[in-house]
Formats: sequence, structure tokens, C-alpha cells
Amino acid sequence: MALNVLDFEKPIAELDANIAQLKQVSEQEGVDRSAEIAALEEHRDRLIAEIFANLTPWDKTLLARHPNRPYTLDYVRAIFDDFVELHGDRLFADDKAIIGGFGFLDGKPVMVIGQQKGRDLKERQFRNFGCAKPEGYRKALRLMKMAEKFGRPIISFVDTPAADCNFGSEERGISEAIARNMREMSVLKVPVIVAVTGEGGSGGALGIAVGDRILMQEHAIYSVIPPEGCAAILSEFQRDPQRAPEAAEAMKITAQHCLEYGVLDEIVPEPLGGAHRNYEVAAANVKAAIVRNLAAVEKLSPKKLVEQRYQKFRRMGVFAVVTESLEAAKAG
Amino acid sequence: MSPGGWFKRRSKAANKAVRKQLDALPDGLWTKCSKCSEILFSKELERNLRVCNRCGYHFKLGAAERLAITVDEDSFVEMDTDLVSVNPLDFPAYESKIEKWKTASGLNDGMVTGVAAIGGQPVVIGVADFGFLGGSMGSVYGEKVTRAFERGMDERLPVLIVNTSGGARMQEGIISLMQMAKTSAAAAQFDRAGLMYIAIFGDPTMAGVHASFAMLADVIIAEPGALIGLAGQRVAAQAQVLKEPPGYRLAEWQLEHGMVDMVLPRREIRDTLIKLLDCGARRQ
Repeated sequence: MALNVLDFEKPIAELDANIAQLKQVSEQEGVDRSAEIAALEEHRDRLIAEIFANLTPWDKTLLARHPNRPYTLDYVRAIFDDFVELHGDRLFADDKAIIGGFGFLDGKPVMVIGQQKGRDLKERQFRNFGCAKPEGYRKALRLMKMAEKFGRPIISFVDTPAADCNFGSEERGISEAIARNMREMSVLKVPVIVAVTGEGGSGGALGIAVGDRILMQEHAIYSVIPPEGCAAILSEFQRDPQRAPEAAEAMKITAQHCLEYGVLDEIVPEPLGGAHRNYEVAAANVKAAIVRNLAAVEKLSPKKLVEQRYQKFRRMGVFAVVTESLEAAKAG
Repeated sequence: MSPGGWFKRRSKAANKAVRKQLDALPDGLWTKCSKCSEILFSKELERNLRVCNRCGYHFKLGAAERLAITVDEDSFVEMDTDLVSVNPLDFPAYESKIEKWKTASGLNDGMVTGVAAIGGQPVVIGVADFGFLGGSMGSVYGEKVTRAFERGMDERLPVLIVNTSGGARMQEGIISLMQMAKTSAAAAQFDRAGLMYIAIFGDPTMAGVHASFAMLADVIIAEPGALIGLAGQRVAAQAQVLKEPPGYRLAEWQLEHGMVDMVLPRREIRDTLIKLLDCGARRQ
């Protein structure tokens, strides 16, 4: 347990331990110390609020990667009934880093897809650390096409450090798989709701993240490249991956920034201290946001839906239009 | 020591002597091949479309050079010259970098788009320039590619995009990333309109550009030796990718794995384009 505590969480963990000890003691001795416990809990919650009000983008990166953070299957279990997992891309293999299948959202049949990370070392290797291979994207596309065929909405959970870029993935066309998914998702005739629940890792995330509504949890991140990668490449950071916290700051990867840049539709609040402190509340909030946003786009005709989705991504980009062209500037 | 060794040694020594002599000559008259270190006469290199006549290395081409060898003479009319990058994230040193590359390249951005003719066939063409921040895709780049597809749809013209890019532009963060989705969505519209899209992969065609609109072309022509893939060397090293075999992710390797249609020497590309456009885009 203590291994899974981030540096800035340590004071919170200490108080948690004190509270637990107090509870245990009062139970064993049969003494009522509830007032003391309540006071301590209040103190802890105030401390959490204080710490979480001042999180840096790098702190958020660590939170988004928190080893105790709920992963896609945790959300699937909490949000959908009777989930039936489907496997394989029918071309090469079944990628364990992307899960998918049918489920019921308050009785309504939907297709669920999402990246899945592992909890312990063995499971992490099994899930390839949430890094999907071409097979994963192709499985996701197969399932999304199936959803389209049956007129079912698609709910996509994004939580990946990046796409897998090892030899085998390059060999089998990881770039093609991601590009094709973005192209096909942009013209799907059924609603697509995307929830970024942890790491939105560049193209690896986008391969299942083109949708009508993009939701993002309060402490999730969405980034063009992992901060370590950015720091390793740019001379601004002396090409030193150790300077990742600065790169995280510079790249503006938090949900709050993404909302500002029009990349998101909604930030989903997390329980006090982050999603990992209360799975139930975290999932309930995500579910409420999915249900609300799905209801908003469900009424649209397929044609209107596709048109709006295109315009949504068409608008993304920030640039200036200068009145005089470069030619004129040169002539002047 | 074998005679071969002696020859090799002598040739190296000779090269050194030549190089010393070259230092005394005016700049720009000679160019050293980045691959085989052969000293090439610049004018001859130009005549050879900037391909080393000793080892066949394809030098990177700027947008203007690429246009000159690709489209019919005087047929290119540039569009969207008024789009310029801003610094939406307040990223450190970004503005100064843009200014520097603008001055150095004479371009507004790493993507130049317009309408031209190839063998008499009108096309919408986009050409990347590696000299502008590594040909990286930011908002302007993404917008220009998107507009190229839209122009193609409006006028029922084929689209040709010549890529030389390191990927998404990190300095525009998440907004750059979204250009992948935006350009892919535009490619989807273009695809549904039943029009032809051809891509040329120059060295390099990587990451955010490769994994979006570039890979969505109907026909992909790669230049010999071009580096093509998702993760660049430094990113791959960061992600601790297993040791790379020789030739990994080069154009020929991608051809072997079915990811490009052909690898063509620069000199043969234009004629092939004319044939392809005739097959896929000629108005009946």
C-alpha cells in the first residue's frame, strides 16, 4: 500500500493511517472515540482539498498514472450491466491492451471499448502497460462497425501512455491502424461518447477517441507526447527526460487546459483526493456524464450526427490570418 | 594487410586531401553526401534532382525544389498564404523559433499548398518543408491539409501530398495532436467523395503525420531510404524499444511489409504520378 503513495499524498496517507489505527483501537477497547475520529477525518479532508487545489501538471500526470487509479474494466463493471467481452481483430491476434464488448447502460444496449492497464507486474505485462498494438485498434474498429450495423451507441474509455511502437507493431502497420480508426470513427453513423479516464497518450489515445462528445476526468491528462518524451526531444529541456515536469507544464496537458482549447466538452469531477480514493463515486460521476451526453446526441439523425462530428474536429486549431501575404511582405 | 585495406586507406586519405583543398574554394560549389561522404559538384547534384550519383542517397528537398520537379512549369498557384502560427500555449521559445524558420525558409509554415497541373492534369497539391521546424504539423499545417482536401472536393480534383515531417508539433501540444483527427476526418470526407488521393513519403515521414492523413492515401509512393514510421529514434529510445534491426522502418522495409505501394527513385516519380492520375482522376 505504502508503495502506491505519491509524494504529495504522503501527509494524507499518514492521516489515513492514524484514522485507521484510531478506529481499530476504539473497536478493540470498546471506547467511543468517534468525535476524535471525525475531527481527524475533517482535518484530513481539509488537507486533501488544500493539496489538490495546488496540483501542478506533473502532479496530475502522476495522478493520471496512479497505480491505484480505476482502470477501464473497473468502470465497465460499475457502469454497465451484463458486459459481454468480445475478442480479436480477425486478422492477426487479440490485443489485451484494448478491451471491448456489448453491455447495457441503464438497460440500453451499447458497445464499450477502452484501453486496459494492469494492476500488478504480471497483469501489466499481460496488458502491455495499456499500450495497444495494431490488433487492438483493428479489434476496436471491428466492434465499432458492428455497433454501427446494429445501431448501438459506442462508449470509449481512453487510458494509455501511448500506442505500442515496438518492432512488431511497426511491422503490422500501427500508424495505418490509428489513422484508419480516426478516419472511420469520424463517419460512424451512431453516437460515440469518449471518456478520457487516465492518460490520453497522443495518437495511441486518438485511435479510439474521435467522438461526438469528449469527456475527461478532473485529474486525467491528454497530451501530444508523454512529458518525458517531449523533454527528451526538445533542446528547450536540454533533451533531458528528467525535466519532464517542466515539459508537462509547458505542454498544458491537464483537463482544465484541454477544455479551454476546445478539445473537450466536459470535465467529469473526481472524488476528493482523486478517483483512486473512491471508485464508486468516480464511476457514478463518469456514468452520469455519459448518460447526459449520450441523451444530448442520440436524438440527432445519422447525417446530422456525422456532420456535427466533422465540424467539431474541423474547428480545432489556433492560428492567425494575416492580411498581407508573404509575397506582399517581401515586395514591401 | 590485404591490398583491399591499402586501397581503402588511400581513398580515405585522398578524401581528406580533397576536403582540405575544398576549404579554400568558395561556399556552395560542392556538397558532401550525408550518407557516403562523397564530395559532389553542386550543379551536377541539382541536375540529378539532389540525388547522390555515387550511392543514390536522396537529399531532402525544400517545398520549392519539390514543386519544381513535380508539377508542370509555372502551373503552381499557392493558396492560404495568409495563415500563420501563433503560440496558443505560451510555449517557451516557440515564437522565436517560428520567426527564425520563417526568415530562413521564406515560408509561413512547413506546409505549402496550392493548385497545379501534373502532365496537364489539374491537382490540389500540398508539399511539406522539413526546414521549417522539422516539417512538424501544428494548427496551420493541419488547417492547410484540411483545406486542400476541401478544395479537392469543391472542384472534384485529386489531391497529392508530399510529406517530409517529424510528426506533430509539440509546441502546440494537444492542439497539434487534434490536427491528426482533423486531417483524418477531412481525408474521410474526401474518400467518400470518390476522389483520388496520392501521397509521397520523403525522408522522414513520421509519427503524427504518418499515423494520420499520410497513411490514408489511395496510393503511397516512398523515396528510397526514407525513414517512415510511428516512433522516431529518440521517442523509441525513450520507450525502450528493443534493438533495431538494420533497415528498420526505411522505405524498402515498409514496402516489404505492405505499407507502401512502391519505392521509386526521385527521377521516376513524376512520370508515375502522371500515369496514376490518368487511371484514377482523368475526367471521362
